[in-house]
Amino acid sequence: MSPVSRREADVRRILDGSQPSVPPDLCTEAVRRGGRMLRRRRAARRLVWLLLLAAAVAFVVWMSVARPWVEPPSETTPPLTGW
Amino acid sequence: MRERQASRNARRTREFEAFVAGAGGRLLHTATLLTAEPRNGNPRARRLLTASLAHTYAVWDRLHGEDPYDRTRQYLAVRFARGAWHQYGGPVRVLLRGRAVPDGVLRNLTPQERLILVLRMYEGVAEEQAAALLGLPAERVRVICARAMATLLHPPREGAAPIAKVVPS
Repeated sequence: MSPVSRREADVRRILDGSQPSVPPDLCTEAVRRGGRMLRRRRAARRLVWLLLLAAAVAFVVWMSVARPWVEPPSETTPPLTGW
Repeated sequence: MRERQASRNARRTREFEAFVAGAGGRLLHTATLLTAEPRNGNPRARRLLTASLAHTYAVWDRLHGEDPYDRTRQYLAVRFARGAWHQYGGPVRVLLRGRAVPDGVLRNLTPQERLILVLRMYEGVAEEQAAALLGLPAERVRVICARAMATLLHPPREGAAPIAKVVPS
């Protein structure tokens, strides 16, 4: 065995040691907090979609009222009459 | 819709519980090595692991075949690195080292040395992967790992001047 791999084996043996006991509520606590994160994320996503939808509806309503594509009537040239 | 959601929640929780039952012990050991706490009094490691597992639970449906153990370990390492940076205040870390007297086997190592040593030697993460995870050059990871191994195998005498251990980083 080379000195390097013996050193690595020594380090691994020190690190291995004995495992600590897992607290019984670890899983339930993680599920609780993870579930809360999921719910929050879902609510945030829903809010963003809702805002997008509201913006789209507002834009369509404004467009149908203001009709920005229609040429505005001329205000400088007087109407041509009596030709 | 509600029913489908409920059944998906139940399935996710079931799978997640099986995962924690299998991997919880090893992950807690890793976390305890990182925080250098004793085996039977490791509140910080438990907090770290609970947060990482909660994150894994939240992304469970989007893992797409990725290993949840790997994911949890990555999150654990990154969270520990960030927490250590804030806790020890970056450059003044050296001055504060040893204030909160840790009691684990890795008590003589800095948080960064512990992190890299545990990732490389206990978890068997490749050098390049550890470097990418922590945003360091691979060469630096190798140097820190070698230094950590040397400190672990030949611990400095207790009470020795801490100046002797200061290495420019």
